[in-house]
Amino acid sequence: MKITSRRSTLRRVALATATTFALGLSLAACASGGSSSSGSGSADDIEAALEKGGTLTYWSWTPSGEAQVAAFEKAYPNVDVKLVNAGTNTDEYTKLQNAITAGSGAPDVAQVEYYAIPQFALSDSLVDLSSYGFGDLEDQYSGGPWSSVSFDGKIYGLPQDSGPMAMFYNKTVFDQYGIAVPTTYDEYVAAAEKLHTADPSKYITSDTGDPGFATSMIWQAGGKPFTAEGTDVSIDLQDDGSKKWADTWNKLNEGGLLSSTPSWGDEWYKGLGDGSIATLLTGAWMPGVLESSVADASGDWRVAPMPTYDGTPVTAENGGGGQVVLKQSKNQALAAGFLKWLNSDPESIKVFLASGGFPATTADLESPEFLAQTPEYFGGQAINEVLVDASKNVPTGWHYLPYQVYANSIFGDTVGQAYENKGDLNEGLTTWQDQLADYGSQQGFTVK
Amino acid sequence: MSAVTETVKRSRRPNYVRPSKAPRQRKSIVLTIVMAIVVIYSIVPLLWLVMNATKDQGDLFSSFGLWFGSDFNLWQNIVETVTYRDGIFVQWFGNTLLYVVVGAGGATFLATVAGYGLAKYNFPGRRAVFAVVLGAVAIPGTALAVPTFLMFSQLGITNTPWAVILPSLISPFGLYLIWNFAVDAVPTEILEAARMDGASEIRTFFTISLRLLSPGIVTVLLFAIVATWNNYFLPLIMLSEPTWYPLTVGLSQWSAQASGVAAQPIYNLVITGALLTIVPIVIAFLFLQRFWQSGLSAGSVKQ
Amino acid sequence: MTSATAATPRPMRRARRDWRGWGFVGPFMIVFLAVLVAPVVYAIVLSLFRQQLVGGSGFVGLGNYVQLFQDAKFWESLFRVTLFLVIQVPIMLALSLFVALAVDSARLHGSSFFRIAIFLPYAVPGVVAALIWGFMYGNQFGLSGSINDLVGFELLQPFSSQWVLASIGNIVTWEFMGYNMLIFYAALKVVPTELYEAAELDGAGQFRIISGIKLPALRGSIVIATVFSIIGSFQLFNEPNLLQNLAPNVISSYFTPNMYAYNLSFAGQQFNYSATVAIVMGIITAVIAYIVQLRGSRQEVR
Repeated sequence: MKITSRRSTLRRVALATATTFALGLSLAACASGGSSSSGSGSADDIEAALEKGGTLTYWSWTPSGEAQVAAFEKAYPNVDVKLVNAGTNTDEYTKLQNAITAGSGAPDVAQVEYYAIPQFALSDSLVDLSSYGFGDLEDQYSGGPWSSVSFDGKIYGLPQDSGPMAMFYNKTVFDQYGIAVPTTYDEYVAAAEKLHTADPSKYITSDTGDPGFATSMIWQAGGKPFTAEGTDVSIDLQDDGSKKWADTWNKLNEGGLLSSTPSWGDEWYKGLGDGSIATLLTGAWMPGVLESSVADASGDWRVAPMPTYDGTPVTAENGGGGQVVLKQSKNQALAAGFLKWLNSDPESIKVFLASGGFPATTADLESPEFLAQTPEYFGGQAINEVLVDASKNVPTGWHYLPYQVYANSIFGDTVGQAYENKGDLNEGLTTWQDQLADYGSQQGFTVK
Repeated sequence: MSAVTETVKRSRRPNYVRPSKAPRQRKSIVLTIVMAIVVIYSIVPLLWLVMNATKDQGDLFSSFGLWFGSDFNLWQNIVETVTYRDGIFVQWFGNTLLYVVVGAGGATFLATVAGYGLAKYNFPGRRAVFAVVLGAVAIPGTALAVPTFLMFSQLGITNTPWAVILPSLISPFGLYLIWNFAVDAVPTEILEAARMDGASEIRTFFTISLRLLSPGIVTVLLFAIVATWNNYFLPLIMLSEPTWYPLTVGLSQWSAQASGVAAQPIYNLVITGALLTIVPIVIAFLFLQRFWQSGLSAGSVKQ
Repeated sequence: MTSATAATPRPMRRARRDWRGWGFVGPFMIVFLAVLVAPVVYAIVLSLFRQQLVGGSGFVGLGNYVQLFQDAKFWESLFRVTLFLVIQVPIMLALSLFVALAVDSARLHGSSFFRIAIFLPYAVPGVVAALIWGFMYGNQFGLSGSINDLVGFELLQPFSSQWVLASIGNIVTWEFMGYNMLIFYAALKVVPTELYEAAELDGAGQFRIISGIKLPALRGSIVIATVFSIIGSFQLFNEPNLLQNLAPNVISSYFTPNMYAYNLSFAGQQFNYSATVAIVMGIITAVIAYIVQLRGSRQEVR
């Protein structure tokens, strides 16, 4: 569909009207525009492209983006990278998907969270980077993030950060009410009851239904609700792990022990600051957010390993993502070169770490310097020891759906209702599963 | 030409605004109090905005909403808002102005010319024009976004100002208003007189009719300015680069960046930015109000 | 804006029927065709196809329409905006009418101040309005939290499932009350003074004047305001969409038909089905708006 090259505007208007009908028929063709090439380059091409230079567009909302691009342009003066903040997470995916559907307008390189990568991979919008020798980079990354960017025998991107889950807790609140740090979910539920009974304005945590959180919790509980092989999809949100989590979380949800303050709103930040939300089970990228946005609570918060069901240390990945190269890119080798530098060059990662990010690279996870950090905010606790330890306890074999972005968008309609009515989460999960299966079938997947 | 000017003079009636009315009626305290409550309802959110624009992020989270915080941070907030990310807010402001000037200006022009044509000329398809324009108003703009987006990307104009400006050039309401207004405001005798004097239709329009239409035009312009200034959904879809955002989309992006990995809440900037967004349009309202009220009276709703 | 038939603004003495008028109407119509009619046509085309993530696109005729009529989510969202319509629109218009009559009556101190103050919210972009009210609605720390603290129990729950529609209705009322007031007020200004004088000579009281003179004079603008409000209600999108972050479970992805269409296309890639929703909503809106106009203008004739 590259009919818009260089014709007079008038001509283009006429053409567009004429192609309107054709477009209806050929959306599919557009969506996979230029699907012929799947990584025709090689590792040498990257070096050559970086030397030769050119212009790249890079979509990212990460705070370190600007400094990283500046450092890159300094190292490769011939390359000009245009950094665009096209919105945060789903806002960006919407625009990315629009550009892919339209057949033009996508960037060369984009930041995409792990859960969304399969969706873009499936629509054949991403460049398989294996031929650029990216397979050699596998050892540099911890297993969870790597498996999130590399599946079905292809490499769709490089991990930038990771989010092994840990329990962030407000020590001041815990001390005040004589609550010991819970290590199992039984203890966690008991702590929730104790806290809320002692002060009804305080809650163990806030959760109004967040698909990213729920899937991660199921992951931690050993569930594997989604599998996808090509276009064969299976969904079982009532497998053992899913049930285990839902049964536990029901105690909090049905018992009214969860704060109903929606995450990431102004009230939520207030709640994190004033102790009314006492813990957060979340990814290792949280310290940076707390430090910058809940500055008032400096000294209150600590980090502990996730509670477990049976005492065996286990956690999951929550959030985090990497960068991918889009097939629409006119200079894929150069884009791959930038991506490689961005997520593996020590200089880039240094910038990333300085911005408060949590790395996906093993060298940095294990560096003594990183482990020895004792942020004032966390009362001088060596939090990275806890977080890095968590990154080693992530069960393998987790998959997201190839339409996870859509799945997450209807989480509130389904599981969210169980939160809203303080009802059984298992019912919500079942509804979610049914709607996901319907959607999958409608979209041509073989759903089991 | 004298015939024309004479008719123009005669036709200049005081646009139906009636003189101040019977002076005998007493002012009612009760009514004034009831109305004061309505005004409070209308004003409180704006007061909230002003007060909270004076707070830093910490105060925002800790102080009572309808009063000032412990520090007066308005100036710092304004400075921070206009300098954040290399002054992107100022750029959004400029973009919004561009969309308003070209979009609202163009919409007013097209609606004026077309409304006048509908009122003063009998041409084949006249009724059809009106029916089609009205029918299109009922189609939800939000849902047309996808087809429009796909079309525009075929033309290669997504992520350019044109994608925002082109659709805002159409104001069916403006067309209707001018049409209704022109029927009376531009007496047909004047046009006939002008024709007899040998003036072309275009020339007559620009030299005579335009002036007679001006109260209606100001009204249409004002509504078009509000519509483009407040335009949110279309630019949200059409633009991917913040360098082309209008203020509304920019503000909602700032508001959205409070969530997820690497969240950076900047509520104080969102609030101050919101205040800065509405100040110009409020000023435009106050400034233009004595013009548009007569236009609305004379044109819009008379049967 | 009355209907095409009712409002073709009175027969006029026109010289002759020729094509000159198109010179004036042409530019508008060209842009109109390009940015409104073409997308509508395209949407209709889209609605006849179905494209899948796997397996490409195919012609399905009216398949999408058949699916839509069996789609509980669509009907639920349509029911919701209808409910919104029958409750919010009368309240808002009644308020606007009251305010317009008050401002127009000579019995108000400082009426021009009231007029401007009440009209001001219309200048606030919907995005900003939703932001402000979203903050104020906050249950823990917002104004409604403060009020709850004051009365000692959870009086206000703006984001609970029972209240959220009212909360949105409040924002919409706040935004557009002044706008509608102005439409009514403008219509009142054109009532000839002699009518009032005659009424007063007859000894008619304020309420007689309102019901006998002012309300009939307002009929046309009430029809206009109603039609615009109906269209606005059926197209409800910005406010619920922006509040969704604050009330994630209560405001579903198909809270209003427009949100449904938006999420279908932008979250679910179901462009074809989304276009179908758009077309059907457009038809429903147009039909209802037309009926209201017809009824409104018919009563007027009587």
